[in-house]
Parts: sequence; C-alpha cells; structure tokens
Amino acid sequence: MPPLVEVRGISKRFPGVRALDDVSLAVAPGEVLALIGENGAGKSTLLKILAGVQSPDAGTMLVDGAAVRLRGVEDALELGIALIHQELNLADNLDLAGNIFLGREPRRAGFLDLAAMHREAAHWLEMVGLDIDPATPLDQLPIGRQQLVEIAKALSTQARLLIMDEPTSSLSTRETETLFGVVKDLRSRGVSVIWISHRLGEVRELADRVVVLRDGKNAGEIADRAEIEHDRMIRMMVGRDIDRLARRPSHPPGEVVLAARDLRTPAHPAHPVSLEVRAGEIVGIAGLVGAGRTELLATLFGITPAVAGSVAVAGRPVTPRNPIAAIRAGLALVPEDRKEQGLILEMAVRENMSLAVLWPESRAGFIDAAAERRLAREMIAALGIRTPGDRQTVRFLSGGNQQKVVLAKWLAMRPRVLLLDEPTRGIDVGAKAEIYDLVHRLAGEGLAVLFVSSEMEEILSLSDRAFVMHEGRLAGMLSRDELSEENVMRLAAGGVAERMTA
Amino acid sequence: MNEAAPTSDRPAAWRALTGLVSPKILGIIGLLAAVCLYTALASDNFLKVGNLENIVHRTALFGLLSIGVAFVIITGGIDLSIGSVVCLVGVLLPWLLTTHGWSVPAAVGFVLGLGAVIGLVHGLLVTKLGLQPFVVTLCGLLVYRGVARGLTQDQSQGFGTGFKGLRSLATARLPLFGEGGFELPATTLIFLVIAVAAAVFLNRTVWGRYLLALGRNEQAARYSGIDTGRMKLLAYVISSTLAALGGMLFVLDINAAQPSDFGNFYELYAIAAAVLGGCSLRGGEGSILGLLVGSALMVVLSNMINLVHPRYQNVEFAIIGGVILAGVIADELVRRAARRRPAA
Repeated sequence: MPPLVEVRGISKRFPGVRALDDVSLAVAPGEVLALIGENGAGKSTLLKILAGVQSPDAGTMLVDGAAVRLRGVEDALELGIALIHQELNLADNLDLAGNIFLGREPRRAGFLDLAAMHREAAHWLEMVGLDIDPATPLDQLPIGRQQLVEIAKALSTQARLLIMDEPTSSLSTRETETLFGVVKDLRSRGVSVIWISHRLGEVRELADRVVVLRDGKNAGEIADRAEIEHDRMIRMMVGRDIDRLARRPSHPPGEVVLAARDLRTPAHPAHPVSLEVRAGEIVGIAGLVGAGRTELLATLFGITPAVAGSVAVAGRPVTPRNPIAAIRAGLALVPEDRKEQGLILEMAVRENMSLAVLWPESRAGFIDAAAERRLAREMIAALGIRTPGDRQTVRFLSGGNQQKVVLAKWLAMRPRVLLLDEPTRGIDVGAKAEIYDLVHRLAGEGLAVLFVSSEMEEILSLSDRAFVMHEGRLAGMLSRDELSEENVMRLAAGGVAERMTA
Repeated sequence: MNEAAPTSDRPAAWRALTGLVSPKILGIIGLLAAVCLYTALASDNFLKVGNLENIVHRTALFGLLSIGVAFVIITGGIDLSIGSVVCLVGVLLPWLLTTHGWSVPAAVGFVLGLGAVIGLVHGLLVTKLGLQPFVVTLCGLLVYRGVARGLTQDQSQGFGTGFKGLRSLATARLPLFGEGGFELPATTLIFLVIAVAAAVFLNRTVWGRYLLALGRNEQAARYSGIDTGRMKLLAYVISSTLAALGGMLFVLDINAAQPSDFGNFYELYAIAAAVLGGCSLRGGEGSILGLLVGSALMVVLSNMINLVHPRYQNVEFAIIGGVILAGVIADELVRRAARRRPAA
C-alpha cells in the first residue's frame, strides 16, 4: 500500500534562511507521526508545505502514490489534508455549527439551511467526543474544546490527514488527555495524523513513529514504538556541536539585588516561583513557548501584578502593582515585542530614549530639551546606534538599532535590575554580538540581568546560570557547569536534568 | 552648533506655537488662503473691517472647542458631548444669574467647575470602566441637552439688558488701530492666550509628551512607566472645561440660548476643525496652529457661502462637508505617496 501522503527532497528558502533542505517524509493511512526538532528546525515550514499554505522551492509531493502540486489550501483540502493552526482559526461570535461550516454553509434557496447545518454539525462534534448543542456560541467553550471543534471542522471536510502544529501547547492536562483519546479514535478509523510537539512525554505516549528535523534537514527517525525514548529523541534533535560564543570571564557576583518569593503570576497562579539574581550576574530563563517565561517577567515588572508572593529589590520589598512602581524600584524591562511594547515607532530616537526619565529630568514639568538631546547623543555614541541623528523617526531604523534604542531608554534611568525578554529576536548576527557585549559590560558594572530566550545558543553563551521553565513552574536551575543543551531540553520537556559528574 | 535640523534655529516660542510644521499644515494654510482669496475677489464685503472682526471672533469661539477636543483626539479618543455641554452651560449661566439671582463669580465658577466635573466623569468611565469614548460621550450628548431643556422647561435663556460687564468678555472690541480701524474682539484675545498655553503644554511639558506618546502607542507608553489612565483623564477634563468656557462665551455674546438648539453640531465643527488641522483620529498627532487654521477655514467657508452664494445657504453643511472630505482625501493621498518613498 502506498503512503497516504509523501514528500521527497523538499527545499524551501526564505530571505537569509534555508528553512528546509532536501527533506523527505511519508505518512501511512491510520498512522500517527510525531515531528520533532528544536526551534527553527523547519517543522512548521514543512507542515505548511504539506497543507498547501506555502509552496516548496524544490521537491515533489505524492498523495496515494500520485504526484500532486498544491496551489493553495483549497487544493490540500480537496485531497483530504487539513491543517490545524497553533492559533485557532475560529470565529468567537458564531456558534459551533456556524464555525464548522464557515464558508461552506448548507443553503436552501439562497438562505442558510440551519436545520441541516445543525444536524450535520452534531454528527461531526460527536466524532470528536463533544456532546454539545451545535447552537452553543464558541466563546462559551474552553480553549481545549475549541480545539476539538477545529478538528471536527477538519473532519467535516472529509480530511484523511490531520496536521497539527503544537496542538497541546495551550491545553490543560485533562484537555490533552481528551485530545489524545480523539486522536487514537481517529487512528482506528484510518485517519492519519502528523503533529509537532515539544513535549517528549506526549510523543512517547501517542506516536507510532517519530521524525526528527534539525537545521532544516532530516536528522533521523524512530520507526519502532518501543524505541521512542526521551534521551534518544533529544540526542537526535541536538546532535551537533555548538559554536559557543566566548564566555566572559566569571567573577564573583555581588549581593542579591532581585529576589522573588513564592511569586504567583496571573497566568499560572498554581505555581509559585522563587528566584534570586545577584549584582553582576546574568541569569537566563529557558523553556518552551508558553512555559510562562514572558508572564513571569511581566509580573516582576508590574504589568500583570502578582496574585500572591513578593518581590524585593536590594532587600527592599516592592512587589510592583504597575510599571511605574517597578521603575521607581529600579527595575527595567526590555519587552518581547519591540514594536508594540518597546517603542513609539513614530517618535524620534531622542523622544523614545528620554521617555522613562522625562519627569525626573524636567524642570517643573517642562522638558529640559538640552538634557534630552545630550542624553540621546551620549546613548547613540555609547551603544553604537546607527542613525542619521537623534531626531530620526525610530520606525526607519533597523531591528538591531531599534533594540538598542529600547535599551538606551532603560539605561538612561540607571536601573539596578535589567529584565530582557528575547533580547535579540529578529536581529541580525552582528547586532546580536553587540548586544551580548553590552549586556556583559553592564553586568560587569554591577547590573543584575535576568533574561528570557528561546534561542539555545543565547541561553548557553550568555547565562552565568539559567532557570528552565515548564508549564508555569521553574523546572530546575542549571549552574554554569550543568548548562548544556541536553539538560535544558530535558527540563523544558518536563524531564529531569542529568547532573554533571565533575 | 551647526546642526541642519529643520526647525531648531527658530525661536522657542515660535516652535512652541507650531509644534510640528508639517506639510499637512502648510496644505491647510494654502486651502484657507485660497478660500479667502476667492471670497475677497467675489465679494466686496469680505475685506470690510466688520466682517473680518466677525471672522476672527467666531474662529476664536469655535477654536476654543477645537483645542479641547484635540486633547481627547490625541489620546485616540473622541468627545461628542461638546455641543451639549455648550448648551447646558449656555442656558445655566443666564438661568442662574437672572432666575436664581446667583452672584457673577458663583455662577461663572459653577459652570466652569461643572465642565471640569463632566470631563472627569467621562474620563473615569473611559479609563476605569474601560467604556468606549464614543459611547460615553454620545450618552453625554443626549443627557446634557435633556437636562438643559428640562431645567429651563425648554424656555430660551438670556441676560436681558443686564450683566453688561460680564458680557463684555465676549462682546468687547479692543481698538488696536485707532478709531474706525480693526478692533480685536476680546474673545480672540482669550483664545490666543489659551492657544499659546495649550501649545506650550503639548510641546514643551512632560505631560504633553506623555499624551502624544500614549496616543501613538498606549501599550509602549504604559511599559515605559507612563500613567496612561491619568493622562487620558486629564484630556477629557480639558475638553469639557474648554467646552464650558466656550458655551459661556457663546451665550454672553448672543444673549440668548434656546435649549433645544443652542450648540447643536458644535462638537462636529470642533472635530472637523481638529482633523483639518492635522489631528489624526488614530491618536498621537496634533498641532495647535493647525487647529487654529482648521477652525478659521470652517468659519471662512461659512462666510463665503453667506457673502458669495447666499442662495446656497441651505446646502451650507453639504459644502463644508465636501471641502473637509476633499482635504482629508488629499491628505491621505499625500501620506501614501510619502510612505512609498524609501526611508530617509
């Protein structure tokens, strides 16, 4: 029997990146295939090509043994291939039946045939184990059940292959179990599933076969269910030497500057977090997307105030209720989304840099324009920001220079603690190295740095030590000697770190 | 200093008044000049002293309302209640003074304070309860007019022949160029003082910068430690207080306020003038000089119709609306062309 869907020699380039390089993959009818790999390994791109969202630069695709060429999602649906996005594509304001048949509504004489729609919707909902009135508004369902609605919608298109990109990333344990039950049921009906997961425990439970991608290439597969093991998967995912950036010489850290005690964030109130950062220390926070890292920084900075617990800066209790209090306490946050949270894009470099110190540097509320200009010019020189001048609109700067403007805004207030959320996201290699140098220099001057990163190399090279978060809790702390890709991956996937035997 | 920045060599006061002299404002100044030129050529009455005095007088009154609403528009909000606040204050002031015999300071203090309180309520509903500014101020529009009509039993209110001293705030003319020459209306003087104060506030103080920043990107402003809620509150208070001041001057000038139509549509004139003058309804943009020109354009357009095309008076709204629409379309086209140019 030929595979249901097969791709051979797929390559895909994006400007500056080779996302996929000669990748092949096949899925048999009724097979559940797990696709794993590190961030940036090319998993999502491969799924998008399978589902017709993107077209490959090279390679062939076969369905039922016959070569096909997908020109769009419609072609894929026609062949029975349905993609379920990481972010659900549902309309909150419609009911379940309306969502399932969105764009394909049964009609009678030009009017919606609501009776037929609800009747058929009930059938598909039952297939995914949802015994709910199809007239229920979607927004009354929790996110896990909404996901099942999305699957019902896919099945209603007569899908034979369901493609899911991290379907469990926002689900609770129970919702995950329900989803697995549905997947197993679908498998027994001959429906195939390809899904991406970072949770290796789930992979072991559900997958018939595992395919590993690394740096856009096939990095092996595990065809025997019995051989699907944690360590083996991690070795295949990592499997390479990392060109580690030169680490700065370690020097003894100073006193504790930032201390969080049993801090509960609104996002994960069940998991109290305690951590300390000392003066001169650079502490990383690793973990998968959705592990609660950004939420932790947001709570430390008072954007989403803590539900319980305390924060102290240099021994003084602060527990900020808003960013104003956090700034007053000496905290600064370079947020994850530079354009939405970090910068006022339409304002000048100078005006962005002075925003956090405008009030303390004013005279009776009047802006000290000379001081503002001086600050901007000093910062441009000190951080090596490439801009035609301090009056340039920030929108026109490159990503790296924009990020330096955000850093300058916070350095201007002379913080005691610098919180960085994905400090080099979307920044080219040269600017990255400059930002690392800057962070090292600042730590050398006694600043306490706590940073979140999804880039393994950044965690490994920049951190003096690192926490790893998993589903809202600190899964572990790795000292510099214990910091390895394997250990970070293990903790991030919900496992236990291997202690270094020194 | 040999910096070649475009505006840095001008005197600070000039920069404070203009803020950003964008091409947008130059465009609207050009439009105003064109309408003036056309009207002057087509009618002998346009350049007469009395007519010019009337134009600057009316520009000042509408300009006050426009400055107020501009602060709210800069935060990304809108204030639809201005006309009704003008009405409420316009009928309350003579009603309190004549029917209830309040003293002048008490009545004036009360109506201006009422304006501030109205703005505070709007601001609290928007920032604390998270209601949409459009809805809050739309309800205000209905409520204040209803209250005005109810309190006075829909009877026209005026000062009769009294309160000449108070009324001179709005009716006085200052003979700057001697007898028979151009006399500056007192309202224009009041407007200029407030316009300069507003321009300085917006462009030279921390709070003005905060307003512009949060109008551009509220989230980033909040992440930078700006109390965005309090700044928005301030904008609504400024808007309603200036509406109250405007309402007071309007009734002092006209000496009659009919509760059912006094101030009708004034919020729309104010918003239109602000938009014409360079405020973006998306927030974060605005210049006081632009507002002044925008207000003047509205007044001159109306004047042009009266003088040159009196038989078109019934379609005055349509003509004003058409000119504004043309201005906004031209602005958008210019903006798109500018965006297509590569970044400097």
